[in-house]
Amino acid sequence: MLSQMTVMVNGSPVSVPSGTTVAVAVVMAGQACRTGVTGEPRGPLCGMGICFECRVAIDGRSHCRSCQILCRPGMQVRTDE
Amino acid sequence: MSRDSQQRFDVLVIGGGPAGMAAAVRAAECGVDVGIVDDNATVGGQIWRGDLADGRSRDAVKWSELLRTAKVTKLCGKRVFDQPEKGVLLAEGENDLFELRYRNLILATGARERFLPFPGWTLPNVMGAGGLQAMVKSGLPIQGKRVVVAGTGPLLLAVAAYLKKHGAEIPVVCEQTSWSNLARFTATLLGQPAKIAQGLRLKGELGGVPFVVNSWPLAAHGRQALESVTISRGGKPETTQCDFLACGFHLVPNIELQVLLGCQIQAGHVRVDEFQRTTVESIFCAGEPTGIGGVESALLEGQIAGLAAAGGMEEARRLFPGREKARRFARHMDRAFRVRPELRILPTADTIVCRCEDVPYSRLQRQTSWREAKLQTRCGMGPCQGRVCGPAAQFLFKWIPDSVRPPVFPARIENLSALAGGPLKNGAALGGFE
Amino acid sequence: MGAGIVGAACANEFARRGMSVVIVDRDVVGSGATAAGMGHIVVMDDSDAQFALTRYSQQLWQALRPELPDDVEYESCGTIWVAADEEEMIEVRRKHDYFTRRRVPVQVIDSQALERLEPNLRPGLAGGLLVPEDGVLYPPCAARFLIERAQKIGAKLQLGVSISQIGQGRIRLSDGLELTARIIVNAAGAWAPEITPGIEIRKRKGHLVITDRYPGFLRHQLVELGYLKSAHSVASDSVAFNVQPRRTGQILIGSSRQYGAEHKDVDHGILMRMLQRAQEYMPALGQMSAVRTWTGFRAATPDKLPLIGPLPGDKSVFMATGHEGLGITTSLGTAKILVDQITGANPEIAIEPYLPSRAGKEFAHA
Repeated sequence: MLSQMTVMVNGSPVSVPSGTTVAVAVVMAGQACRTGVTGEPRGPLCGMGICFECRVAIDGRSHCRSCQILCRPGMQVRTDE
Repeated sequence: MSRDSQQRFDVLVIGGGPAGMAAAVRAAECGVDVGIVDDNATVGGQIWRGDLADGRSRDAVKWSELLRTAKVTKLCGKRVFDQPEKGVLLAEGENDLFELRYRNLILATGARERFLPFPGWTLPNVMGAGGLQAMVKSGLPIQGKRVVVAGTGPLLLAVAAYLKKHGAEIPVVCEQTSWSNLARFTATLLGQPAKIAQGLRLKGELGGVPFVVNSWPLAAHGRQALESVTISRGGKPETTQCDFLACGFHLVPNIELQVLLGCQIQAGHVRVDEFQRTTVESIFCAGEPTGIGGVESALLEGQIAGLAAAGGMEEARRLFPGREKARRFARHMDRAFRVRPELRILPTADTIVCRCEDVPYSRLQRQTSWREAKLQTRCGMGPCQGRVCGPAAQFLFKWIPDSVRPPVFPARIENLSALAGGPLKNGAALGGFE
Repeated sequence: MGAGIVGAACANEFARRGMSVVIVDRDVVGSGATAAGMGHIVVMDDSDAQFALTRYSQQLWQALRPELPDDVEYESCGTIWVAADEEEMIEVRRKHDYFTRRRVPVQVIDSQALERLEPNLRPGLAGGLLVPEDGVLYPPCAARFLIERAQKIGAKLQLGVSISQIGQGRIRLSDGLELTARIIVNAAGAWAPEITPGIEIRKRKGHLVITDRYPGFLRHQLVELGYLKSAHSVASDSVAFNVQPRRTGQILIGSSRQYGAEHKDVDHGILMRMLQRAQEYMPALGQMSAVRTWTGFRAATPDKLPLIGPLPGDKSVFMATGHEGLGITTSLGTAKILVDQITGANPEIAIEPYLPSRAGKEFAHA
């Protein structure tokens, strides 16, 4: 039942089963979701949409809480904006 | 500047976890118009995330089925951020906006983990205990990964068991409470057969994973991401290499929306009467926000709220004894897992306390109140709106959080201004808002 | 009395001139309008008196700048007064002439220049006036800096102290304690009338919204020329387009003015109108994440000029309040001319327009 799909994380393809969140795709790609105000790499903390550490740009829109967004085929995710 | 959907309900439930699901189902059975809103992609809340699909929990399957077949409008992926006028809530989705009118409101907003700062806690792959579990349920491969589990609360064992079942290697589970607290807590399980079974099942599932008490994380280490964790064990530091640290210090109720709506709060919980009514007319509250109590308590409170909101007072009354029993368990849990004072001295001067604004411990030590800290350092003024750093600051400095203003979650400006004028997307004219 | 930006500036100035100073406030440093305002340091041309005080004070900020700590976040981003149409361009040119004659560097910019300088403004605007020497800072930290400076030279700070009565060199606190002072300065902003009953200061409520971080989105403080109509209107509620880039990359969005609103709750009607107005000028704001909203109370006087000087009827009491939306800008200038008056030094600008006695009343002291 689970189909695979490809999303792009910082320009590189990541293959994930459907039902995977964007935050997971970013962690699987070995990337940090964001850079903190003083330059630290940061990743998801709470997994439920309240800590805001998982913010990434999805299809051009900044500050998306990636732990609550499911991957869609062809999605463009950027952590470096 | 348009609203995509105007909906009205007799009973509107905010939060699709166990309490919310139970409330919606029972209210719908009374024959009224019911809606349920949750910001996740599916219902189930945190505790049943993913369980509805793989049929792990009997309760989860039961309530999920009841909800699926009930006459309830389900709005998933929408986050409530404001009440612009009495009886109207605004909820934002990824690309849309909902205006939700209600006669009765049930707030089943659940709880979040309490995070406490220690050196290295901001490294990628340090997550909450529930946080890592949520990520695994959302597809994170954990097979063969080493995970240290630490913090406090029944969540730790549940998470460790879950992770082990999915192939993780758990070198240790570190519980900061003492043996006597834990023993007393376990003793109360004697009054709760379901819990004992759950406990035994967990013990069985763990088989051989070291579980230590009086133990907590001292520091997380790594360059770009977590590489190892130093824990305090028997008073001595011990370092373990690991891929993930799942660390959370029990739960904090989500009461921001309730505060915004003017509900009275007592010791961090929403005050409710026997029918789960808050101090604000037509607003009910059920589940963790009335007091951290776990699933059984949430299901009973949710049902009582749903029935009461739909006018089924007699039916609601019949559930009171069950709720009492569940609540007793909840009180014991709270006492057993209080965070010990030693953890106040974990952060060093450089340890970041406010992660949104990178405010280190040393800067906060100079402040005398939460308000002063906010103004002078911006602690708590970031997008998490103090949800992470607030409970930490309260534990470290005993600061009391202050009032809540809209939006209770960050929201797009087009949505925050939505009722100022302009047509609905479907062409209908917007009622003017003054 | 009052540890906001004006009280802090005054305390610092008194202390610098060798006087012993005590600052009292019922809350924390900078907790009133200082906490709520935009921190815009702006030269204004509403009246000659307003120009004199804002320009003088702005230059004092520029001189102080090298000593300001990092958390004050002083940025010389400049202001652009935005003209939506030809009629507003006439106003732009008038302002240009006014400022140029008074040696304030300004530049008229046309539609294309405006688009280049601020690409996120909607196309089709007529142009604007660029004032490069205007700046922004973060007021609560600026107030704290000034107070700490004063403390280093002997000033004392007492927080959590409420005043119940003042007069004739005495201050009675709400716990019954009495202080005596040769000089009592009322710098309590919107709450000044509680200490000095009868002075004509009314609360003028404002709303603000701050976004998440969007570095590079906005470079200057942008204010619509209609702002002046809003600030002028004495009677009605109004909103105006007024946005500021913070050093953090967050966008601060204002502004609104209401009379007669006494509660600090966010007023949804006004908030929505304000955000609507902002999106009319910068449509891309619509997609941006708003993280917080808040309100504050400006201290407004009938003639829109502050009260700086002795209170008629009581030799010991002086006013330093009523700054409306210009408290941050004019705090340093206020402190200077107030202390000049008291020490007999020659103020660098004329003080008559700001004297409390201009109202022609005597004030019964409590």
